[in-house]
Amino acid sequence: MAQAPPTLEQKVEALQSAVASAQTSGDNAWMLASCALVLLMTGPGLALFYGGLVRRKNVLGTMMHSFILMALATVIWAVVGYSLSFGEGNPFVGGFQYLFLNGVGMQPNADYAATIPQLTFMAFQMMFAIITPALISGAYAERIKFNAMLVYTALWLFIVYFPMAHMVWGKGGLLNAFLGGKIPCFDFAGGTVVHITSGVSALVAALYLKPRKGYQEEPMRPHSLVLSFIGACLLWFGWFGFNAGSALGAGGLAASAFVATHFGAAAASVGWLLAEWLRTGKPSVLGGISGCVAGLVAITPASGFVKPMPALLIGFAAGIFCYFMVAIVKMKLGYDDSLDAFGVHGAGGTLGAILTGVFATNAVNNALKDSAGNPLPLGLVDGNAAQIANQAIGAGIAIVLGAVGSFVCLKIADLVCGLRASAEHEVDGLDLSMHGEEGYNLEA
Amino acid sequence: MKKIEAIIQPFKLEDVKEALKAIGVDGMTITEVRGHGRQKGHKEVYRGQEYQVDLLPKVKLELIVDSARVEEILQTICKAARSGKIGDGKIFVLPVEEAIRIRNDDRGEAAL
Repeated sequence: MAQAPPTLEQKVEALQSAVASAQTSGDNAWMLASCALVLLMTGPGLALFYGGLVRRKNVLGTMMHSFILMALATVIWAVVGYSLSFGEGNPFVGGFQYLFLNGVGMQPNADYAATIPQLTFMAFQMMFAIITPALISGAYAERIKFNAMLVYTALWLFIVYFPMAHMVWGKGGLLNAFLGGKIPCFDFAGGTVVHITSGVSALVAALYLKPRKGYQEEPMRPHSLVLSFIGACLLWFGWFGFNAGSALGAGGLAASAFVATHFGAAAASVGWLLAEWLRTGKPSVLGGISGCVAGLVAITPASGFVKPMPALLIGFAAGIFCYFMVAIVKMKLGYDDSLDAFGVHGAGGTLGAILTGVFATNAVNNALKDSAGNPLPLGLVDGNAAQIANQAIGAGIAIVLGAVGSFVCLKIADLVCGLRASAEHEVDGLDLSMHGEEGYNLEA
Repeated sequence: MKKIEAIIQPFKLEDVKEALKAIGVDGMTITEVRGHGRQKGHKEVYRGQEYQVDLLPKVKLELIVDSARVEEILQTICKAARSGKIGDGKIFVLPVEEAIRIRNDDRGEAAL
């Protein structure tokens, strides 16, 4: 007996299901690629960037600070970190509903990303939890004990990162503009969550640990700017995943963030080089690549909210501002933030967070709507000057949490195992003293 | 037998090698070294931090030669290595007691 032809309702239902499935395929493809791009930023991107900036005897130890987080932060994230960040809890930290990734599977979580599996969302956010503590390693490079670094970083994820991620991106978080936060703060891809927290924590770590032995007395030139160059270019490349991936889909918003990201990096490279050229008479390769990272940092919170021309402006401002922080302010204050985690990430992140309040526009991002469904004004350019204050509050919370949290974690790690390598180990280099190997065995 | 140690500018190495080859000197040992004499170093700036670099890269040539040819070789090296600027380097001549070719136990000038 022949089957009855499908009814119109059945046809529409089949079509809807096919459309949803097609969108999921498209979005998920981009998001999985973005996950891999963000992981690439830590290893080898950041590992090479930082590894090249230290002295030869610390190249492996410095690379290990990044690599170990690809392992350690992943395990912590899987067990409890994702839940504390994105589970429903109070305005400050998430709950335990996703402990051991319970209930995190192939079905989307409509609160966060309705078209991709929650597993993809979890993995994407995991890559952020990996790179953020790795950024801090620029401040304690060349002098921290490896076991102390592990204790500090593991604690830091719990005390600083998971609460901050929940406040800004978690459902019901204090600063979440889109999911019921009391103070709506725009942070598209982690200006506050990633860069301000890590940058300020880095400054506190540099102050707590005191300068490297011989700082300002003996030369501490980067041992290979070639490595740093490759690392910085990989950071630039991976940042497309970081920012455009934060659209959590493969549509127009991702394209807009992609372009803003690239423009920010380019204009900041120009800005830093120009400032340096005028001040010291020579435009350096290190200046160029430091500028691009500063621009990428500053455009991060703004990338999904601003048009291309403001992205150029934000980048250019970040290049000049971060050069000023690194080359002039640091020298004046005398702290040894060895690889300038604060001067680039703390300063650039704060500038970017504030400028997001200026340039954010609903012409780019219309996710925020009033009860009638009309898009609300976002930043100053939309006529909402009050947003700058919200952004400042968000940045302020990140600064306080980063500073106090970092101090607490440093203190505990210091009490548990002693933070600083012995003078002998520091002179020998962390490669040999902590890991029992050397980066360059040219005679081998 | 004499040992000639010449410390020269790295970019003059090819000229010196060619000039020595042209007068039939074909054995030498070369090391990349760092040092300075009267030449002042240079300044490097990394993110605003200045470093004075005193020890500059140089190349050291070592040749063991027949005493009779020393003067000719010294003049050849000087001519080829000279740029006329400070930092061109120095040459030292030392006596050599013995030379041995490991392959076949040749000794003295026969081993050169």
